[in-house]
Amino acid sequence: MGQALAFYKTLYRQFDQERTARGDKQKIIVQVGSATCENAAGADQVRQEFDKLIRASGRQDILLKQTGCTGRCAREPIVGVFFPGQIPIKYEQVTPNKVQEIFQHHVIGGKPIPNLILDKKTDTLYSYVVTMCSSHRCSHENAQDSEEMLKRLLCSHNIAEDLVRIFHSGCLGLCPKEKVGKQHVMMVFPERTLYRFETEEDLDEIVKSHFVDHQVNVKHRYHTDFITEQFFSMYGDVAFFNKQTRLTLRNSGLIDPESLPEYVLNKGYEALAQVLETNDPDAVRQTILKSGLRGRGGGGFPTGQKWINAVTYTDDPIRYVVCNADEGDPGAFMDRSALEGDPFIVLEGMTIGAVAVGARQGYIYIRAEYPLAIERLEKAIATAHKHRLLGKNILDSGLNFDIEIRLGAGAFVCGEETALIYSIEGKRGQPRIRPPYPTQSGLWGHPTVINNVETWANVPTIMLYGADWFSRIGTKNSRGTKVFALAGKVLNTGLVEVPMGTRLRDIIFDIGGGLREGHTLKAVQTGGPSGGCIPADRLDTMVEYETLSEIGSIMGSGGMIVLDDEDCMVATSKFFLEFTQSESCGKCVPCREGTLRMLEILERITQGKGEMADLDKLRRLGKLIQKTSLCGLGQTAPNPVLSALENFTEEFIIHIRDKRCPAHKCTQLIRYEIDIDKCTGCTLCARRCPVSCIAGAARQPHVIDQSRCIKCSECYNVCKFDAVRRT
Amino acid sequence: MSAESNQHLDSETIAFMDACLQKEHPKSYLIAVLHKIQQRYGYLSQAHMDQVAQHMQIPTSIISGVSTFYHFFRLQPRGKFSISICLGTACFVKGADKVLDAFRTELGIELGETTPDGLFSLESSRCLGVCALAPVVTINDKIYSKVTAKQVPELLNSVKAAAID
Ligand SMILES: Cc1cc2nc3c(=O)[nH]c(=O)nc-3n(C[C@H](O)[C@H](O)[C@H](O)COP(=O)(O)O)c2cc1C
Ligand code: SF4
Ligand code: SF4
Ligand code: FES
Repeated sequence: MGQALAFYKTLYRQFDQERTARGDKQKIIVQVGSATCENAAGADQVRQEFDKLIRASGRQDILLKQTGCTGRCAREPIVGVFFPGQIPIKYEQVTPNKVQEIFQHHVIGGKPIPNLILDKKTDTLYSYVVTMCSSHRCSHENAQDSEEMLKRLLCSHNIAEDLVRIFHSGCLGLCPKEKVGKQHVMMVFPERTLYRFETEEDLDEIVKSHFVDHQVNVKHRYHTDFITEQFFSMYGDVAFFNKQTRLTLRNSGLIDPESLPEYVLNKGYEALAQVLETNDPDAVRQTILKSGLRGRGGGGFPTGQKWINAVTYTDDPIRYVVCNADEGDPGAFMDRSALEGDPFIVLEGMTIGAVAVGARQGYIYIRAEYPLAIERLEKAIATAHKHRLLGKNILDSGLNFDIEIRLGAGAFVCGEETALIYSIEGKRGQPRIRPPYPTQSGLWGHPTVINNVETWANVPTIMLYGADWFSRIGTKNSRGTKVFALAGKVLNTGLVEVPMGTRLRDIIFDIGGGLREGHTLKAVQTGGPSGGCIPADRLDTMVEYETLSEIGSIMGSGGMIVLDDEDCMVATSKFFLEFTQSESCGKCVPCREGTLRMLEILERITQGKGEMADLDKLRRLGKLIQKTSLCGLGQTAPNPVLSALENFTEEFIIHIRDKRCPAHKCTQLIRYEIDIDKCTGCTLCARRCPVSCIAGAARQPHVIDQSRCIKCSECYNVCKFDAVRRT
Repeated sequence: MSAESNQHLDSETIAFMDACLQKEHPKSYLIAVLHKIQQRYGYLSQAHMDQVAQHMQIPTSIISGVSTFYHFFRLQPRGKFSISICLGTACFVKGADKVLDAFRTELGIELGETTPDGLFSLESSRCLGVCALAPVVTINDKIYSKVTAKQVPELLNSVKAAAID
């Protein structure tokens, strides 16, 4: 023992020297996103185009880099151009055509192109970015006041307004307990200086020295090791990012996910080295317990407790750790992005877990639908092996630990932990009754700790910064952050990581940018097929495990789908039930048959054949299935239906009583009719109708033959005279 | 493809099985072996599954149990171009059903079927994790994002044209 830290330091020094030798820090960096989503948006071609131009220019001081997904999916491909010591510039929706322009003007010419910049079409470029912490958790309700104060002071020192851009961020987790709510914290970029201040006089001193004299104000400088600093220095000036607190995703979009040196130079493997150096597994388990970290895979079980259980139930010396990357919720992509953006953090987390519970072998169970994530993991494992961060005698500590990848094969139920174990064993993934829990009897009968990707990704950070630090972020019973995959009818679809306790409203409107113009938010669906929908009037709810359960939904693994006025709650709940129904493993009757019966009822309702008594049937059947199913799949399958029924009863009733779908989603309940007063007889719709069911002579009102209409909405969309009515 | 699927498994797959048999818990690699075969041949033929049973000494009943349990495994050959429409939540909300309908009409086949000329088969998938760019369609390994029903005929034509080249 006692070798690990020395091993780590040597490794760090080696990577650092190599970087210095290459002169990377003095280079201009062109960074292109590389992830499943980025590539689907065309990032591949963009990268090739830059590569060609850089080669052709013969310049050795331009570095082309790949990075994982930043999470700003709706604006991809994203390209960053970073000059040493300057505010980093990020461009959005870059096409191969725009590459030429960016390269010539900016990379070669040194002039950024304002109208291509991510998220803000601005004509002025600024020299400083100030990010002020304005987390409402610390009751900084007066965030606006401090911004005004800063502006006033800048003005009084004759600093041009557009030279400094001011942004507000969510909790940075920097303030010690006794200072929470009493001090302000702000970062100034590109110098990456962190300041704290309490009064206007303090701030004035900062402004004077930093912006007027160009000197760091030592008196108010805040010296602290600050985990998300790197991320903020890169993305702090983008509204989508600065309300987030990036702990698990801190490297995504920042480092090259295939580069171990970059991971190590960004604090990677420092935590593991410390853990191995001290070699006190019990202390590691206690730290995780004390941090309050809970499972991010949906259940929310305290992670530290799980680890303790794994070593207390039996004295079986063979134990396993497993990373659950099955990500079954069909509308969630947190784990995919995380693994594509920073695979090493998960490997490090699992290795620390292995030390804590005494495992020699780990498995990552990942769905086969994620080829890029699998490829990055394979490379990361091979690289870690090469540098003795995995395998025999890791970091010279004397310990052996290895990780193997196992592929899922498209079965949602395999995300359930007992099913997952069977699947790793090569069998059909059918859940079994618990107890015994996997921590008692898991893989091949040995104690097994199963945690979600995001749970593992939290571990290195907690070990590095301590349980107290971690538990300062978030709320009393939900500590730390949560990653959400924001999708559906929200403008900024993408990946966000926010402190627990953030209000849904802030996620959807501040970060997500709200909805398309002219549309209103109807509900937010969380927890996917096991969760529920939260109606618009509950948007002030905070994301916390208990609070979300109380209002009939769940935290889930992080899927968050925004629904608007064009979404039908009956159809949406039917969608989820169809999913769980077809994914039921068939082992127990309530889940296999009960969900089918519920689905039949919903089917009837969406076809206009429902009866009022059906609503009660749905409720009773749903409750029964919840109570009597064997595993979590069945126990939660009725949730989307029951919560929709609870919150949107009226909509169900309209479907049944009036045979109408207010959102015009249920095809069978839609009717298209031509208003004879408005119809000019232009014949356009008749020509477009795919089943030719519209008749009428030219310049005469047309009619739709209702018996043949397939409700394709073509006529409704093409009529220029607003003559087709939809009811 | 179908010609090969009656033949003996290729040496690479056999070598992979041999390697698995050397490891601890050899039978746990069954799913990995089936993945390998599907990747190589496009689907799992009965003949191939029988060979796996022989080689790895796993009862055919177990193999058939596993291959039918997991949706990812295909037991029928598919078209030259396999079109898969994501029917995950995000894609559903953004109108994937309309896109699916357009493919159905254009190709004249239902989900799970292959066109008579063996060119296209239609499948659905459940979330590729590209939800932010929904609706999503994959044709073989290429991902198409923000697909609309209107683009479908054009998309099919471009794929066909590329096939002829
Ligand atoms: C039907 C079903 C599907 C699940 N799918 C997943 C999944 O895709 N990913 C995941 O991490 N956990 C999933 N879980 C939860 C796991 O059973 C388990 O609780 C979790 O992996 C434990 O890790 P955690 O404590 O870190 O959350 C699922 C549970 C059920 C009942
Ligand atoms: S509840 Fe459903 S998925 Fe779970 S064991 Fe029963 S049948 Fe299988
Ligand atoms: S497109 Fe409109 S105006 Fe023209 S024939 Fe149809 S309903 Fe009448
Ligand atoms: S729902 Fe289609 S990619 Fe996720």
